[in-house]
Amino acid sequence: MKKKLVIVGNGMAPGRMLEYLFEKDPDVYDITIFNAEPRVNYNRLMLSPVLSGEKSYEDIITHNDDWYTDHGITLHKGARIAEIDRNARAVLSDTGIKAPYDKLVIATGSNPFIIPMPGHDLDGVLVYRDLDDVEHMLAAAKQGGSAVVIGGGLLGLEAAAGLKEQGMDVTVLHLMPTLMERQMDEASGHLLKEAMMERGIDILTNANSKTILERDGKVCGVELDNGTIIEASIVVMAVGIRPSIALAKEAGLACNRGIIVNDQMLTSDPDIYALGECVEHKEQCYGLVAPLYEMAAVLANDLLGQQAAYQGSVTATKLKVTGIDLYSAGDFAQGPDREEIVLRDATAGVYKRLVLKDNRIIGAVLYGETADGPWFFDQLKKGTDISQMRETLIFGQAYQGGAPLDPMEAVAALPDDAEICGCNGICKSTITTSITELGLSSLEEVRAHTKASASCGTCSNLVENLLELTLGDGYNPNATLPICPCSDHDHATIRKEIRRQGLKSIPAVLQALEWKSSTGCAKCRPALNYYLVADWPGDYEDDYQSRFINERVHANIQKDGTYSVVPRMWGGVTNAAELRAIADVVDKFDIPTVKVTGGQRIDLLGIEKQDLPAVWEDLGKVGFVSGQAYAKGLRTVKTCVGSDWCRFGTQDSTGLGIRIEKFCWGSWTPAKLKLAVSGCPRNCAEATCKDIGIICGQGGYDIQFAGAAGLDIHGTQSLGIVKSQDAVMEHVVALIQLYREEGHYLERIYKWAARVGVENIRQRIMDDADLRQQLYERFVYSQRFAQVDPWSERVSGKDKHEFNPMAVLKLEAAE
Amino acid sequence: MRQDDLLWIAIGSLSDIPQRGARCVEHSGKVIAIFRSFEDEIFALEDICTNCDGPISQGIVSDRSVSCPICNWEIDLKNGQALGADVGQVQTYAIQRQEQDILLGLPLARGVA
Ligand SMILES: Cc1cc2nc3c(=O)[nH]c(=O)nc-3n(C[C@H](O)[C@H](O)[C@H](O)COP(=O)(O)OP(=O)(O)OC[C@H]3O[C@@H](n4cnc5c(N)ncnc54)[C@H](O)[C@@H]3O)c2cc1C
Ligand code: SF4
Ligand code: SF4
Repeated sequence: MKKKLVIVGNGMAPGRMLEYLFEKDPDVYDITIFNAEPRVNYNRLMLSPVLSGEKSYEDIITHNDDWYTDHGITLHKGARIAEIDRNARAVLSDTGIKAPYDKLVIATGSNPFIIPMPGHDLDGVLVYRDLDDVEHMLAAAKQGGSAVVIGGGLLGLEAAAGLKEQGMDVTVLHLMPTLMERQMDEASGHLLKEAMMERGIDILTNANSKTILERDGKVCGVELDNGTIIEASIVVMAVGIRPSIALAKEAGLACNRGIIVNDQMLTSDPDIYALGECVEHKEQCYGLVAPLYEMAAVLANDLLGQQAAYQGSVTATKLKVTGIDLYSAGDFAQGPDREEIVLRDATAGVYKRLVLKDNRIIGAVLYGETADGPWFFDQLKKGTDISQMRETLIFGQAYQGGAPLDPMEAVAALPDDAEICGCNGICKSTITTSITELGLSSLEEVRAHTKASASCGTCSNLVENLLELTLGDGYNPNATLPICPCSDHDHATIRKEIRRQGLKSIPAVLQALEWKSSTGCAKCRPALNYYLVADWPGDYEDDYQSRFINERVHANIQKDGTYSVVPRMWGGVTNAAELRAIADVVDKFDIPTVKVTGGQRIDLLGIEKQDLPAVWEDLGKVGFVSGQAYAKGLRTVKTCVGSDWCRFGTQDSTGLGIRIEKFCWGSWTPAKLKLAVSGCPRNCAEATCKDIGIICGQGGYDIQFAGAAGLDIHGTQSLGIVKSQDAVMEHVVALIQLYREEGHYLERIYKWAARVGVENIRQRIMDDADLRQQLYERFVYSQRFAQVDPWSERVSGKDKHEFNPMAVLKLEAAE
Repeated sequence: MRQDDLLWIAIGSLSDIPQRGARCVEHSGKVIAIFRSFEDEIFALEDICTNCDGPISQGIVSDRSVSCPICNWEIDLKNGQALGADVGQVQTYAIQRQEQDILLGLPLARGVA
């Protein structure tokens, strides 16, 4: 017979422990779980997104009912264990279920601490620990009114942000001078406080709550010891947690602050383990999941009779309030034997501080930009000697060389049949075999022969790694890549020389830079044409024969040789007259497919080339201009409905998006440029994966850039927060112009940013007001020549030859 | 094919075609692309890419080649051959210039069904 394993509490720690256990051996134990909460295991960390409305309970379930059935686990929901009978080796629940055990795991978590101040037991005083608490808060928020959160730690702030999102007026009362003082130092605590206040949450520090006030048996406010009274219809107490030890204590197990365990997670009874927040190990209790997961791994091993020992953990904290990035780890008090490295960027709202002792990181606080948090934390845990990288340490991993998993090793580790080029379905061995058998030695050659990386190019890095792996020293990746076979120069050199030598036509460039072909080719000419258009507005006349067909005929060629047409709908907004005109055009020209695009536009597909001018003419009558869905240039500004309609909207995101689009349309950029504006951090316009995205907030406009959501996926990086719509225009336009001046042709903004450095761009746009102004003016100047609607030009006869055959032959003579 | 087996038809003048560009001629259901290079040489090819059937007349013209706008194959304008590592051929037609006039040579249908 299988041994009986009984678990008290069904929280995150035992959930993870069971996963480890089943991975190793699913059949050793007959498992019974008792859970005081009437539900399955869910991700408690994600309660805040449920509170703020970003997620639902279903979204955060870790193990559903099927999981328990599939693993043969008996789960008693809503059954609290009231007693452990160690002599009989059985537990008894308050619902009357008795279960014998061979091994018992106590995982009761912790209880929220409630300050026993007058009024603490009133109706309307809540805590923040489980889903029931969230539901109580949501119910209260529906009534509107105001809320007081006592405690400005992680939980208190997450609760405050959530309640605010739900439309309540929120005040946080914090006893200490600094928010989250256990994780933050003074400077970052101050930034955090400002950010919370910007969202319209009141923060009172040094606030000592004295009494919770009552009206009609319910909460009506909180009084501080200085006499101040803050009205509130609910009070959330989030002042700390206490390990939940009552059950263990009553059973006579050794307890201190928590249930005392040894390195194998055993309590003072050799058949009873304890796990999770209820545990005290080496005089240490933990309130974050990472250490609990380490404990869970140890326990799973021990239950299977395998050697393992828990060593204690160092923890790192992240605050999960959307839009506030904060990370802290280790110990950051000042001291004579400690040094610190601090980086501040006031405009961008970035603060980073590392505390060093004996050339090792012992503490890190990051605010505003936290991407390097895990890396710093890793160095901290490993005790890496950082003297070699001291100078650049604070800039993070990207500046150190040597990512944790070297990309070369990663490629080497791939199996032969791993797909490298998704577009063309080329696997690793096809590429390596071609390299050896055909003697290929460059990316270009591999492209030509295998088609790998020939389509979208995102796998170029992988292919280059394969070349290096296969050829060893025979491959020289650092040779600058010539723009194309016509020239030995790379993009950067060409751009520089165009400006330095004042080259203002394609023939002049080919001559001065000693091109090897007389005309240039389909790779270099579009690039040169762009560089000349961008660098010499007004002087250079756009060379249509050097543009790809889409840009030449202002429509997108489809695979059957027909075209698609996308009228511009400013900010994604349209009206009845426009829709009617579209419908009429569709009927008149028998357009087979009408499709809504990802950029909030309407795409008319399957139009014959010779019909294009007539289609445009009809669309133009209601005021449509080209949506330039074909352009290496500004395509779309996607918006949400914002404060005009949305109950969450903080600003007129639609209006701002339209304003940007009207200002920037027609501009050519190195690669396509897509923007979005969201009216609040819920971000319905998906601004955080765009080339440039703006997220409006009560306190300002958060400008983001360098995102991607195509073949590559990248969240945007923060450029900075500005206060007004005018400032948004100034910064966004300057950013676009900088990209226009520095980007290589076909290089999306995120690749440009990766090449020149996000921080570098941020500093120039955010900190250098003179440069920003100059960039802005250069953009405005170039728009004078760029903002010509290509459709109306064609309708009035420009480039007629493009759309008509040269001759139609009737060959009677040949019969 | 001997030159005198061809029927020469005037299809227009050099200035009808943009330099480094192409125009099309329609002839009994077929489309023939007439290319003009930077050096004013003229070429005639069937307007169908050997790889993807795309309209090569819409591609970017290099010295003496054109790149397909759909699949990017590079086609030699002189003989219709795919360039580089690719293999394939586009049908070419005879063409000549008399001063500014362009004449397209079409095979006489004699003896051909
Ligand atoms: C809102 C919120 C946000 C958080 N955010 C983070 C974060 O960002 N990062 C992080 O690392 N940590 C975070 N935490 C902490 C993290 O959730 C806890 O550390 C973790 O859930 C503890 O896991 P556990 O299994 O020990 O206890 P719990 O997950 O608390 O599970 C204990 C379970 O046991 C049940 N129980 C108690 N007594 C009995 C009994 N006698 N009989 C039967 N069942 C019983 C309880 O009802 C509960 O369901 C957050 C916590 C909260 C509440
Ligand atoms: S992003 Fe826009 S639509 Fe979405 S909730 Fe915010 S304001 Fe409303
Ligand atoms: S529309 Fe975009 S995603 Fe769809 S098949 Fe074409 S390239 Fe791929």
